[in-house]
Amino acid sequence: MAEYLPLYKDAALLTLGIGWAGIAGAIVIGLAVALVVHFRIPVAKQICQAYVELFRNTPLLIQLFFFYFGLPRFGFSITPQFCGAFGLALHGGAYMAESFRSGFESVDRIQRETSLALGLTPLQAVRYVILPQAVTLAFPSFVANVIFLLKETSVFSAISLMDLMFVTKDLMGLYYRTTECLTMLVLFYLVILVPVSVAGSVIERRLRYGSFGN
Amino acid sequence: MEALGIDVLFKGTNALRLLQGLWIAVQISGISVALSIVLGVLLGIFMMWKNPVARAVSRLYLEIVRIMPQLALLYIVFFGATRVLGINLTAEFSAIIVFTFWGTGEMGDLVRGALASTPRHQYESAAALGLTRAQAYRYVIIPQAVRRLVPAAINLVTRMVKTTSLLLMIGIIEMMKVGQQIIEANRMTSPNAVFGIYGTIMLLYFAVCWPISLLANHLSKKWN
Repeated sequence: MAEYLPLYKDAALLTLGIGWAGIAGAIVIGLAVALVVHFRIPVAKQICQAYVELFRNTPLLIQLFFFYFGLPRFGFSITPQFCGAFGLALHGGAYMAESFRSGFESVDRIQRETSLALGLTPLQAVRYVILPQAVTLAFPSFVANVIFLLKETSVFSAISLMDLMFVTKDLMGLYYRTTECLTMLVLFYLVILVPVSVAGSVIERRLRYGSFGN
Repeated sequence: MEALGIDVLFKGTNALRLLQGLWIAVQISGISVALSIVLGVLLGIFMMWKNPVARAVSRLYLEIVRIMPQLALLYIVFFGATRVLGINLTAEFSAIIVFTFWGTGEMGDLVRGALASTPRHQYESAAALGLTRAQAYRYVIIPQAVRRLVPAAINLVTRMVKTTSLLLMIGIIEMMKVGQQIIEANRMTSPNAVFGIYGTIMLLYFAVCWPISLLANHLSKKWN
């Protein structure tokens, strides 16, 4: 099996690279959408809500198929790498938006009113008062989303990205070393995801300690 | 219609076949959800035990469910079981095993969360009012826990339906696979089918999952 290690390593790096690019995109999209919904900007709010519902209620795989195979018919040809990151960002953005939105919602109204009474502009209130608290409150579901999105990268093999699933299936087909290949698959996913899970729960505990003093 | 490749849907029995594919996906997720709910409730109660061994076992199980991608679990059961145990599982059966394994973990954690998040004073007040332990659970704790549990459990259903899209990777002829077949068969006559069919499948998933999500949202707003 040792000779296949580099294959798995490259695959894991690809998963990580595209995964993190997608997750970074998802955070940006999610925050933007959550802010639009929070400020109730007309029209944009409805569009954002439609986007969130559509992308949360359809599987990532069909979204990727649609972008990767469907759109080129109309001249939008994209590489599988870009498609993977783009699809993950859009899919994840909808989930992140939900988690940030519920974070915003659980910050007490009085916080906003107090900041306005203190003479902060609405933007300053969001920047200095609401956002820090909302992020803390949204953190547990944020970590759950990050793990969920990293797991979702396993469907990338369907758009011919050579990720861990792709390499595993390839090697199983070539050499019939099913048990070994699957063991490696499990090990590599553990290496990728256990640190995220552990770091998430450590930071979560810290944040709770910091914000609520218990 | 033709430009978007939707016309293919109305050729022969294509639309019907897509719906049959969807039905298979719904069946597999339905069976798995039913099993997950029963097993998940048992697991949730098991997880409330203070026994350290029980805690370690359930913790390990939960971490596996949380960390392993569903597709990897499908591969492990579908390809691995044949190799290691020498038993030949059908793809559908492997799918139900994996979905139930995953759903039971998620459901168990939800049940545990719902039971654990019931404030202590509820137990204590019930006892102070002279209810026996069984009565306290029957009339006080379980009704509250169920209200907290049901919306999240309904969301698990939509996640299962969405995850059935992975089943084409282990060779189940569900909606995605039927879609691929239709696209391949019409590659020459209507090349734009790839857009129309995948778009239609996306909307079909949405049509199934969205009402369920709305119900979950509605219940969670009404009860909390």
